[in-house]
Amino acid sequence: MAEDATTLLKTADGRPLKAALATAQARSRRRAFLLVLPLLAFVLLTFLIPIGYMLKRSFEHDGFSANAPALVQWFAENPGFDPANPPEAAFAALVQDLAKMQADKTTGMVGTRINYTVPGTISLFKSGARAAKDLAPPYKEALLAEDAKWGQPALWRGMYDASSTYTGDFYQVAVDRKLTDDGWARGGDKERIYVYLFVKTFLVSALITVICLLLAFPVSHLLATLPMAKSSLLMILVLLPFWTSLLVRTTAWIALLQEQGVVNNMLVALGLVSDGNRLSMMYNMTGTIVAMTHVLLPFMILPLYSVMRVIPPSYARAARSLGATSWTTFRRVYLPQTLPGIAAGSLLVFILAVGYYITPALVGGADGQLISNLVSFHMTKSNWSLAAALAALLLVAILVLYWVYDRLVGIDRLKFG
Amino acid sequence: MALPTYASPLERVWYYTYLTICVLVFLFLILPVLIVIPLSFNLEPYFSFTEKMLALDPDGYSLRWYDTLLTLGHPTADAPRDNAWWWSAWENATWVKAAKNSLWVGLWATVLATTLGTIAALGLSRPEMPYRRLIMAILISPMIVPIIIIAVGMSFFYAKACVAPDSAVGMITGTFLSTKGCLANSYLGVIVAHAVLGIPFVIITVTATLSGFDQSLIRAAHSLGANPRVTFFKVVAPLILPGVISGALFAFGTSFDEVVAVLFIAGPEQQTIPRQMFNGIREAISPAILAVATILVIFSVALLTVVELLRRRSDRLRGVTGR
Amino acid sequence: MKKILILSTALTGLASAAHADLTVMSWGGAYGEAQTEAFVKPFMATTGIKTIMVDSDNPATPVKAMVESGNVTVDVANIEYADAIRLCDEGVLEPIDIATLPAGADGTPAADDFLPGAVTECAVSTDIWSNVFAYDTTKFAEGPTKVADFFDLEKFPGKRGLKKGAKAVLELALMGDGVPASEVYAVLSTPEGVDRAFAKLDTIKKDVVWWEAGSQAPQLLADGEVAMTTAYNGRIFAAAMNEGKPFQIVWDGQIYENEMFVVPKGAPNKEDAMKFIAFSTSTEGLRASAQQISYGPARKSSMATEIIFKDGKTVMAPHLPTAPENMTNALETSSEFWVDHDAELNERFQAWLSQ
Repeated sequence: MAEDATTLLKTADGRPLKAALATAQARSRRRAFLLVLPLLAFVLLTFLIPIGYMLKRSFEHDGFSANAPALVQWFAENPGFDPANPPEAAFAALVQDLAKMQADKTTGMVGTRINYTVPGTISLFKSGARAAKDLAPPYKEALLAEDAKWGQPALWRGMYDASSTYTGDFYQVAVDRKLTDDGWARGGDKERIYVYLFVKTFLVSALITVICLLLAFPVSHLLATLPMAKSSLLMILVLLPFWTSLLVRTTAWIALLQEQGVVNNMLVALGLVSDGNRLSMMYNMTGTIVAMTHVLLPFMILPLYSVMRVIPPSYARAARSLGATSWTTFRRVYLPQTLPGIAAGSLLVFILAVGYYITPALVGGADGQLISNLVSFHMTKSNWSLAAALAALLLVAILVLYWVYDRLVGIDRLKFG
Repeated sequence: MALPTYASPLERVWYYTYLTICVLVFLFLILPVLIVIPLSFNLEPYFSFTEKMLALDPDGYSLRWYDTLLTLGHPTADAPRDNAWWWSAWENATWVKAAKNSLWVGLWATVLATTLGTIAALGLSRPEMPYRRLIMAILISPMIVPIIIIAVGMSFFYAKACVAPDSAVGMITGTFLSTKGCLANSYLGVIVAHAVLGIPFVIITVTATLSGFDQSLIRAAHSLGANPRVTFFKVVAPLILPGVISGALFAFGTSFDEVVAVLFIAGPEQQTIPRQMFNGIREAISPAILAVATILVIFSVALLTVVELLRRRSDRLRGVTGR
Repeated sequence: MKKILILSTALTGLASAAHADLTVMSWGGAYGEAQTEAFVKPFMATTGIKTIMVDSDNPATPVKAMVESGNVTVDVANIEYADAIRLCDEGVLEPIDIATLPAGADGTPAADDFLPGAVTECAVSTDIWSNVFAYDTTKFAEGPTKVADFFDLEKFPGKRGLKKGAKAVLELALMGDGVPASEVYAVLSTPEGVDRAFAKLDTIKKDVVWWEAGSQAPQLLADGEVAMTTAYNGRIFAAAMNEGKPFQIVWDGQIYENEMFVVPKGAPNKEDAMKFIAFSTSTEGLRASAQQISYGPARKSSMATEIIFKDGKTVMAPHLPTAPENMTNALETSSEFWVDHDAELNERFQAWLSQ
């Protein structure tokens, strides 16, 4: 009915109103989009493309594939070879490549690439390359006589994997799998580190989120129920740390918590601990958790506060007047109304905690390191593809959380101060 | 929340426990920030209060760590303090150089983030904006994606984002970039990285201001004969200005505090205050770091005050009462 | 448009003012200061080439990253011996021709004047330094004297400072477990040997404070955060001499090696970099360095006459790693071993740390 009415209506210049409206709307949509476009382009160039580039790096390494052409070709032609017993042709290609590596000075690059999946091979490639030009057929026997390690099935599997520039090897390593003579398998317990650190990072982040929630709840409640003038004043106590440099706050915690720091000195002066038994609260997990809780607490208080502020006190009063105890009132009436704030704050704190780097790096010591620190470790050690693979796994986890946050809370609800 | 008169004894106990907890949490929040201030005046090279300090003996306090900020890296540190000395400190002292770099990078990152962010926020706040949710999600993501991931990606890409220094484009842009014509190891690289990190804050504060914006004011201006330009500068701009400024301050604060991206993409010349602090904390933690920290705390108090005043002004202008 | 102009001129002014002619990367702290005094300042005065010194925990890592990403900002870097060999093999470093290095002050050609192994294909030794452990003499009535004492928490209670990394730490653990210096690398080459080293470290793990930058070690000792710590011997010497700290070095079980100057491939100022290295590793250059900090020069001619510390009275010889009385149980780092096992053992070390 309404549909019919609009089709009949015409604008002053005789066009159907519906079409004119659609044109106008399209135009205003375009205008709105044009305003956003410069920023989108900027973010694309300086942020999204770099992250895409990182993802590409996590699958890419040409240290071997670019420097061992003969073997790459042989692998391409014989994908089903037996790594336990490669034929003479494979060894011939290998010797040819080794001689080329020696001439091109690329043994280091090749060795480093294979070393990522088969440790201890850098010197093998080095000595092999040095000897290559003097070797005579049959190459298999000659090379094995040079060093029996050339016959390892794991090495041949590693070279086969590395003969492709694009590989999932680094993701295998990133989930603690090792290349053995029989293919990829679960790594030994002493070498398992990445999955353990991922789990640890998530557990620590969850713990910090819970601590933040427990600390933030009463404070937000107080801020939300006090008269405006007083709560604004107290709010400064929350906002000042929020605005203070992260490095300043980390420094402050070092000053407070280290063995010769303010807190330990106070405890010793009060006689609570003896001088020889000062508490270790810094450069370990305790230090990381305390400092991170402090840094992230405002991110919990602010969303909780903004939700609590608008909860009408009359509901609680009504519950009490209907005979509910104060505990029941809290549990059944007040708490459910704060859930949006709890969800918003917890997710935000958790997301930020999972990716934390600076604080654990400075105060974490040995056991207070999180997954970000390991990414950084591999970056500085130039194992870029592994760093990128670990970062990519972390990114996936974060994006899932971000999506949940958007679903539950809505990103446009983010606010500061 | 005052205690009602009908409260039971148990509730009374609970109420005072609750207040105590709140006080403790506030102390937990604020004490670490404040503790660095007295410690920075320590005469001794320690991170703790000496007995003289606790006795409030003026002899236990000194300005020596503030002095270090001017003399570290200064070739003629011991010379008499004439004009030439001060000029040389301004030119050479490590911390002064770092401060100049931080302000410089922060300034341009803020200009970039605020300009692009405000224009985009104007578009995003229009009801007819297509794909609004997705675009918002992308623009806010620099705040959500862990900084280490961003830094790793940037360090890969910015090293490849180069122009040949002798090409036509290189002639114009070369001075913004590193000697090799790349974004990595250049001021421009750090500036754009910091701008991206500041953008979510600008978007959030400006769209928040715009969400309370009464669209009928625009129609009113149009009906009174104002063209879109006049409408923007005379009606919209003054109303959203407080939001823009606080967004800008957030962006500046982000840049001024950022260290991870700098560690990964900057060259030795782009030494900023946070980078200098990061290295200082990892190596010899001298109270000079605390002196810097104290200056930064005062700086953040100033920033906070400005943001708070702006927020109130904005609320008043938009006719919002209370918070 | 006007804005863009202002922006570009402003940026131009800033960027061009900041470029140095030569950038040298070293290890910071007392060592960096010594090299600034001994190498950088005289070099600037002699040649007029504006040289800046930048610090790193271990310059080998940024150098490799820079070359691989194609963004080299450093002209000369000071790196460990094994790293110099490894990076040279990987094609990350410029070759250095020994013939371009100046002859000794007594006229001996450089090739004969340098100690054996002190000049390699891509690197020239700046000094011989050592990983030692040190303690605060005020903390113990009778201090530790043997490497085993470092692991003896009962006799010498208190925290231990250790470098966060596999290299020199695993060797120390084995020597602390009674392996003689001459057999350390043979043992460490076996999986059982590696397990044995980690097992020894397990005995003190909960009492270890890990340090990364060389200057942290003396700082930990000075702050009382640890009772004893491993350190680069020159850092302890500097803290004792320059700041009067009551620190004592235990030379038993020291692990020494050459420290090398290298030029990263693609260094922006390669020629000046070579000039800098020739200047610094001359007889006088190495001598000047040894007058600043207790690392031994690798040229015979530099030791022709007695080296006196910059205070004008301390004789350096007994403080150097190469002094005969310090060499009774000393281990020279095996570059072959670390070239091969660096990545693997450091990964294992990380895994062990986080457990």
